Amino acid sequence: VQERFGNQSFRMERKTIDLEQGWDYMQTGITKLKRILEGLPEPQFDSEQYMMLYTTIYNMCTQKPPHDYSQQLYDKYREAFEEYINSTVLPALKEKHDEYMLRELVKRWSNHKVMVRWLSRFFYYLDRYFIARRSLPPLNEVGLTCFRDRVYNELHSKVKDAVIALVDKEREGEQIDRALLKNVLDIYVEIGMGQMERYEADFESFMLLDSASYYSRKASSWIQEDSCPDYMLKSEECLKKERERVAHYLHSSSEPKLVEKVQHELLVVYANQLLEKEHSGCRALLRDDKVDDLSRMYRLYHKIAKGLEPVANIFKQHVTAEGNALVQQAEDTATNQAANIASVQEQVLIRKVIELHDKYMVYVVECFQSHTLFHKALKEAFEIFCNKTVAGSSSAELLATFCDNILKKGGSEKLSDEAIEDTLEKVVKLLAYISDKDLFAEFYRKKLARRLLFDRSANDDHERSILTKLKQQCGGQFTSKMEGMVTDLTLARENQTSFEEYLGNNPAANPGIDLTVTVLTTGFWPSYKSFDINLPSEMVKCVEVFKGFYETKTKHRKLTWIYSLGTCHLNGKFDHKPIELVVSTYQAAVLLLFNTTDKLSYNDILTQLNLSHEDLVRLLHSLSCARYKILTKEPSTKTVSQTDSFEFNAKFTDRMRRIKIPLPPVDERKKVVEDVDKDRRYAIDAAIVRIMKSRKVLGHQQLVSECVEQLSRMFKPDIKAIKKRMEDLITRDYLERDKENPNMFRYLA
Amino acid sequence: MPRTASKTTKKRSKPYTVTSSDTDPVPSASSKTKKSSKENDEKYKLFNKYANTSSGVIDPEGIEKLCSKLKVSHTDIKILMLAWKMKSERQGYFTKAEWRRALKALKVDTTKKLKKALPELEEQVRKPLNFADFYAYAFRYCLTDERQNCIDIETICQLLDMVLGSTFRDQVDHFVDYLKIQNDYKVITMDQWMGFYRFCNEISFPDMTNYSLELAWPLILDNFFEWMREKQA
Repeated sequence: VQERFGNQSFRMERKTIDLEQGWDYMQTGITKLKRILEGLPEPQFDSEQYMMLYTTIYNMCTQKPPHDYSQQLYDKYREAFEEYINSTVLPALKEKHDEYMLRELVKRWSNHKVMVRWLSRFFYYLDRYFIARRSLPPLNEVGLTCFRDRVYNELHSKVKDAVIALVDKEREGEQIDRALLKNVLDIYVEIGMGQMERYEADFESFMLLDSASYYSRKASSWIQEDSCPDYMLKSEECLKKERERVAHYLHSSSEPKLVEKVQHELLVVYANQLLEKEHSGCRALLRDDKVDDLSRMYRLYHKIAKGLEPVANIFKQHVTAEGNALVQQAEDTATNQAANIASVQEQVLIRKVIELHDKYMVYVVECFQSHTLFHKALKEAFEIFCNKTVAGSSSAELLATFCDNILKKGGSEKLSDEAIEDTLEKVVKLLAYISDKDLFAEFYRKKLARRLLFDRSANDDHERSILTKLKQQCGGQFTSKMEGMVTDLTLARENQTSFEEYLGNNPAANPGIDLTVTVLTTGFWPSYKSFDINLPSEMVKCVEVFKGFYETKTKHRKLTWIYSLGTCHLNGKFDHKPIELVVSTYQAAVLLLFNTTDKLSYNDILTQLNLSHEDLVRLLHSLSCARYKILTKEPSTKTVSQTDSFEFNAKFTDRMRRIKIPLPPVDERKKVVEDVDKDRRYAIDAAIVRIMKSRKVLGHQQLVSECVEQLSRMFKPDIKAIKKRMEDLITRDYLERDKENPNMFRYLA
Repeated sequence: MPRTASKTTKKRSKPYTVTSSDTDPVPSASSKTKKSSKENDEKYKLFNKYANTSSGVIDPEGIEKLCSKLKVSHTDIKILMLAWKMKSERQGYFTKAEWRRALKALKVDTTKKLKKALPELEEQVRKPLNFADFYAYAFRYCLTDERQNCIDIETICQLLDMVLGSTFRDQVDHFVDYLKIQNDYKVITMDQWMGFYRFCNEISFPDMTNYSLELAWPLILDNFFEWMREKQA
């Protein structure tokens, strides 16, 4: 039907049209329209017909009262729909069922919309003034409301059932007419006239319920029959299909709700059973490195609120178990084997822990998309087993020993530069998991000192590199002393050059022995016990000469000699051939006694040297009972006792021209632990005072927790230790308890 | 109520010094108090009965004599309470001023009256407000040196028995047992001392169900608590 009638002013005779007459005319138009809709042979409206109908209404509305029939026409407009629906539409629908009914409904709805469109054009004039004046619903709405009230309200429930039946059919794998469903559901949407209420209440809510029970049934059987990976695959597939369903015929607003329901039935309800499935659940997947399945698990549970928590938990438990197993393995090997093999095993442990970390970090990044929960789980897992003791060595010590092995000459690691850098990087990362970082620092420092002082450092660049990494990770304070040590060595070399120059210029001062002195800055280096050993006169001269030189450089410094760290090269004039002996200063002092006397008793040596029994036994053992017997002992038992006597072993020989006679190092562990404990006491004191100074008044628990937090960068303070320090500070009048509340503390200025 | 824990001024006992008022047998006429010289006289006469004439104070010997006259043992808590009443600063010695202070407060001037007043004194001291002060005083009283601020375990055990034995027998017995076998502490500080008093008052014993390691109890009491728990297990 042509719509435009342009400027053609078709003037009808303004004869008053009475209602019945006018309505009869309109009825012809309506009937024509109905015939067209019914598909009966009927030509389309032409523009003249259209115009006539429109004008009829126009006139009837603009006539003077009592012939202005707006109200009546408005009512009749509605009645037209009602009549058509009651007589034709409804019966047609009621006689059909299922899919046929749906098709009929779509057709009828489409027709109805056409009818509304046309009729409202005919009756348009009502829309212009009448409805506004009376605040009545516009024609379009009236039309739609008729359908809603008469047809939709009658049938929506049946329709809904039919639709859901088809949906379930499709779920079972059958082909259905998706376009039909889309059209049907569009009715639910459109009938809401701008609101989604009808769609949601009359269709969606039922659809969701049905979907939930559908998947509930499926899930309950799948969970019994399927492995976890298979179940997950099915779930993923179902979710994909449901999303497609929405795209094809459901309203888009249904997507999140439907997905939530499906997820709930498939993944939430059975989460525990699924993840904990004995041979295929999360634990098994981790154990068998099933990366794809784990990635799927992540994808599925990522969208569920708190869905990842159980997965992360299992991950954490798994990693912890693996870590614990490594630790236990090392522990078992250590108890079963000799000490030196055991220590190798401990180094192997660190290697394995690094590998474990690398492996599971890949999991975190790739399977679990670097989600914070999993980073946290990994961290917590490592913090658990990385702080366990293995065969009496703390993890801090093991790690320090591991570094020492990499950095020292002839260390157990024969790796490329790049590999070393990489390992050092990883070691520093491991340090983050160790709570006793200060203990690591102290062990590291001790071993660094040995490397530096005995020239056992393999590579200066690596030494500096690891310090940089440690600084980055733990802060400047952590590495300042170590850096000082490295610098000291450089300065010491320069100093030695000056010393040699000095000797050159002062030949009288020359002690007659090649002397190299390394001057250390006290604060940087670990503390060493120094004994007042009676040095042989040759060495005494050396010390004096150097003192003389040193005083020319600086006046206000005190030199304390650490003879326990010195090395001496002696010429051993044995019968067979002379052999150069590389020994410690102490060993040299013992040996040189035999220059003047052939035979000496233990007590002789003790008195002459002024050493402790413990030290002397160690020294004499290394010279008379170990691999190289420079001295013969009488009686030649395996250990040194205070009644023994010693003689220079002139018969000693070796195929080498120079041999090193090692002095087994004193176990530094005890001292390191003591030193660290002492430092911790100061650190706790300082933290408490610092906190109380700024807070003035603070409750006990808060003070303790702030203290723990402040110190956590370096170590995990024992609560009892904190309490003890607090009590000490009370006694020293730094703090007092509050009078009213003994759980509160005040700072005393 | 006098503040006990933060008492910094009179914490240490000072060595006895002779002041003019102590040696003066007759109070000066310009004395501010309207005390009759006669009353003071009596107190001084009584004082002189027990005092050491050369040092001018009642010394341990004099106290022994006093105790026997009062028919109490010198380890009786009532003597300590008397010391508290007179704010005595040095264990084993009563000065004239201290003596007068106590007798004035008790309103007595003869040994017989003093003896009668002792039970009442005890009752008064045992009142919670006074007792806390007395308890803290007991600790300070045992400090022998000005620089000292803690007391050895053995003395503490005796002191606890004397001071708290009658009211908290159970707690004292167990705690004393513990103190004797533990090795963490060789001396007890004022804070620990007061802590134990608070423990007796606040914690039900021996179940100790309302004790918490999370709170600010002195560490020695935490250790005591754990020891008790182990024993009870």
